[in-house]
Amino acid sequence: MDFRTPLSKVKGLGSAKSGTSHWWLQRVTAVALVPLSYWLVILLDMTLNAPYQETVAWMNEPFHSVCIIAWVLAVFYHSALGLQVVIEDYVSQEGIKIVAVWSVNLVFLLFALAALIAVFKIILVG
Amino acid sequence: MNHNNRPLSPHLQVYRLPLTGIVSITHRMTGVMLSFGLFLFVYLVSSIAGGSDSYASMQEVMDIWLFRLMYWGFIYALFFHLVHGVRHLIWDMGKTYEKENLDSLAIKELIISFSLTLFTFIFV
Repeated sequence: MDFRTPLSKVKGLGSAKSGTSHWWLQRVTAVALVPLSYWLVILLDMTLNAPYQETVAWMNEPFHSVCIIAWVLAVFYHSALGLQVVIEDYVSQEGIKIVAVWSVNLVFLLFALAALIAVFKIILVG
Repeated sequence: MNHNNRPLSPHLQVYRLPLTGIVSITHRMTGVMLSFGLFLFVYLVSSIAGGSDSYASMQEVMDIWLFRLMYWGFIYALFFHLVHGVRHLIWDMGKTYEKENLDSLAIKELIISFSLTLFTFIFV
């Protein structure tokens, strides 16, 4: 049954029908990030304090690289989803809102790729 | 029609937020800060990928006290966001909404996130 008025339909108001998957993926990535944060903290500590060879060797452990790559994928997605909600809450003007959300998506996609390429380079080149 | 005499909900600026409210807005603020911190992460991994010279100069930069402070701010924000995020997941399951437990749970969150930061500082 359709409860929407013809006026709301023609104005394009109402649900965009993607809210549930947005909400759900925010939770799925959150759950994934809880354990993965452990490897992030270890990597950050090594990066700041350990000698170069040691950090590269740590990254070359397959399990470590998998965890870091998984963290990168989950965190940039989680971040972009979260910032979208913040923008939608505080930016009322429709045009600026859309541009802001998609700018965030684009920037986070590019930085996620940059992070992944860096990780692959560490693993493959050393 | 006169719009001036309508009842208003409390303005955020004059309404004293309960602890749950403070923790909630802190969750959002740490989320935004951590998002900016991701740029720092990209800088760090890129420096490792750049070889031993760029790694050494990155470590020099990160030794500056301001960057150390940012680093530990990031770590605390991470643990706070993680702990309160877990609380959100518990809320999503429909649990722990009892009014009398809200404050004590919020204080527990603060203690746990601070302890995790301290643990990382000492042992990692």
